[in-house]
Amino acid sequence: MAFLDASLIRLKETISEPQAAIRSAGRLLRESNYVEARYVEAMVAAYEQHGPYFVISPGIAVPHARPEDGVIRPAVSMIQITKGIRFGSKANDPVYLIFALAADSNQHHLELLQKLSRLLGKEENIIRLKKATTLGEIQNLLKGDSI
Amino acid sequence: MKKVLAVCGLGQGTSLILKMNIEQVLNEQGVQAEVEHVDVSAASSMTADLIVTSRELAQNLQNQETRVVTVQNFFDVEEIRSALQEHL
Repeated sequence: MAFLDASLIRLKETISEPQAAIRSAGRLLRESNYVEARYVEAMVAAYEQHGPYFVISPGIAVPHARPEDGVIRPAVSMIQITKGIRFGSKANDPVYLIFALAADSNQHHLELLQKLSRLLGKEENIIRLKKATTLGEIQNLLKGDSI
Repeated sequence: MKKVLAVCGLGQGTSLILKMNIEQVLNEQGVQAEVEHVDVSAASSMTADLIVTSRELAQNLQNQETRVVTVQNFFDVEEIRSALQEHL
């Protein structure tokens, strides 16, 4: 189980299109072998089929697919987008932070979501994640917040 | 016992986050309820006391007899608390 490990974070992405952004966050999971390549495409397909329901907080998208779509081990990756992207969410566009979830169906999966929920339940953390310019800033935040 | 459905597009990641935060609010308030996380098509054929979801998905659940409340920020326990307050 991996929660925003160094290899799972990318800052200052200059993408402007939702599908490309989902693929970019998914690629981090793929490259570290947390998911199969087909999982990344399943996340994109979920967006195309069901719309931006996973844009669940102002400026934040949490794309994911089903465990059976190719999760190898549970993990969460993050990309920070310099210029917000419109996913079509009336309530929560534009999106600046994308957290791709690789969720299996066991207990670790719940722990990951609890960590994410604790992290993003605090407005000040979201501001720091949006403004961070180095990996070190994010790691300090994750260490300091008893997440 | 009351039954609450937390609904998202796939019934996986995001509805589970919503379910966890709904349970946290209910625990704090001492309300006994069963919270289930499901996808939007399953939700439309289930009976429950309350459905909690996003505004976009709520449009697909309008024919439902169950009351539907919407939450903008699934991580905001305060918002979930006030959304639930009137209904449970």
